[in-house]
Amino acid sequence: MALITTTKGEMDDSLLEKREGSVDNDNELTRWVEYWLDGELVHRSVHVHLKKNVFADGMAAMFG
Amino acid sequence: MSNTQAMCTSFKTELMTATHNFGTAPTRGTGTADTFYAALYLTSATLNASTTAYTTSGEVSGLGYSAGGIAVTNATAPTSSGTTAYWTPSASLVYTGVTLTTAFDTVLIYNQTQSNKAVSVHTFGSQTITAGTFTLTMPANTNTTALLRLA
Repeated sequence: MALITTTKGEMDDSLLEKREGSVDNDNELTRWVEYWLDGELVHRSVHVHLKKNVFADGMAAMFG
Repeated sequence: MSNTQAMCTSFKTELMTATHNFGTAPTRGTGTADTFYAALYLTSATLNASTTAYTTSGEVSGLGYSAGGIAVTNATAPTSSGTTAYWTPSASLVYTGVTLTTAFDTVLIYNQTQSNKAVSVHTFGSQTITAGTFTLTMPANTNTTALLRLA
């Protein structure tokens, strides 16, 4: 038994339907968890792990 | 021996610490890192390389989220390896107890100390949050994977 923070306050997870999923691509690894109550989404949390960065290529110009 | 044209690696790292100033501003204090923030943006926003500063236009809004976002943990100074200077926030960005019902897919890192000037824009898959937590974990802080790299 665990308490889940929902749009209706804290609820026992045994009363809720849990759905999970993930996305893994070149840019990110994302995992999400949802809790539903009678067909209504009452909690959704997401964890995104960024894989890509932003890159600047510094160049020193040549003379002539 | 021969000489090789290059941008000095030390200079790249020093760009990240504002050691060099080719212009006239800003006047900087000594010894203190700036404070950086991370704000979330809707999928309908238009942040990109042309973004110059934090803006409320297109920023997410919802229960538990404060305009401007959250402070970035900056406990690791910029460094270099090989010819690449790099920096990564030293902790995940965690937006706790939020409800963001309109889809968002972008985080803007900006410098609150320096008039909210933009640093970088990072995108990810479209998300919503309902009475939950949004966690953005950084890539490893290395010369090939760090969040910001100058090579």
